[in-house]
Amino acid sequence: MTIRRSMLFIPGNNPGMLQNGGVFGADSVILDLEDAVAPTEKDAARRLVSMALIHADFGKSEKVVRINPLDCNGSVDIAAIVPCRPDAILLPKAQTAAEIRDVAAQIAAAEAEGQEPVKIIALIETPRGLANALEIAEAHPRVVGLALGAEDYTAGLGATRSKEGGEILTARMLLVNAASAAGIDVIDTPFTDAADDEGVAEDSVLARKLGFKGKLAINPRQVDVIHEAFSPSSKEIGWAERVIEALAQAEAQGSGVCSVDGKMVDAPIANRARRTLEVAKILGLKMGDK
Amino acid sequence: MKTAQAGTLESSDILITVVPQEAGSGIRIEIDSIVSLQYGEAIQAVIADTLAEAGVADMLVKAMDRGALDCTIKARLMTALDRARANGGNV
Repeated sequence: MTIRRSMLFIPGNNPGMLQNGGVFGADSVILDLEDAVAPTEKDAARRLVSMALIHADFGKSEKVVRINPLDCNGSVDIAAIVPCRPDAILLPKAQTAAEIRDVAAQIAAAEAEGQEPVKIIALIETPRGLANALEIAEAHPRVVGLALGAEDYTAGLGATRSKEGGEILTARMLLVNAASAAGIDVIDTPFTDAADDEGVAEDSVLARKLGFKGKLAINPRQVDVIHEAFSPSSKEIGWAERVIEALAQAEAQGSGVCSVDGKMVDAPIANRARRTLEVAKILGLKMGDK
Repeated sequence: MKTAQAGTLESSDILITVVPQEAGSGIRIEIDSIVSLQYGEAIQAVIADTLAEAGVADMLVKAMDRGALDCTIKARLMTALDRARANGGNV
């Protein structure tokens, strides 16, 4: 299981940021060839990110590259980047399943022999993309996640973006629903005021409550706050342990039914408990408060 | 090929200018670096190796280094060469 609590954008034409990308402790780093790069510097960023993928140490962070949209030289990005062995490609402005299948085919053609398959994360940031979210999520086995880009999305709606985010609640829930139905990760939109630590904390807690597995980050200072919000708490780990214990006891007694804290444990509850313990184990978190 | 440039003067970067020369002129590399005493020869070697890999035999390379790693030097030089070859350079 790959944990993606935080996915931190690193500008693709900034050598200082790229060479330090591994020190911020983000679960994923997104080396950005799109919005963070001036149109006249796309060629330079492509070369720099290619070299960074081969030579820079990104520690334990998953290496993701945000390419440009297919109608803005995205295919050139795929051909250059994929042989340098990123873990995943983040496709901006993903709108249709056909587009995902096209990208998957281009990735397959660019991969070297024996290379670990490069995954796809679809960035949903248009009304059409959101309307097609489930089809996009199920378009190809390489798709491992959907991410929300709320700034472009609300611009597409003609809605006003607010700190509270009421205008994106429906989008958030539709995306969580689509990703959950497809059994893949779902990552929340970035909190764009990098100086507002309290704001990013509140927004991250809300996103987790809504079902997101992680959040995009635009500044290294957001990483720790996001991790705190998306890591299982001691109380949650304790609950998960009690659920698994109750299930084991019920099974030993020949019963398929059990309850914890007065609530029946059914399959979704059991799955949630198992995921909580799996995440806690991967993160090296201590056992919970039962 | 035309004169072309890539990179910046920001920390950890390098600004590279390539100036095509007449056949038979060979390679000339001029380095201005904040770490030239310690790494001047290493920077020179990265540039020379990258030119050789790209099959470039006659070129003046001017490099203003601000502490770039080898992979950054190589990326910037390759971009400058791409630009020199395409669209008649960018300088």
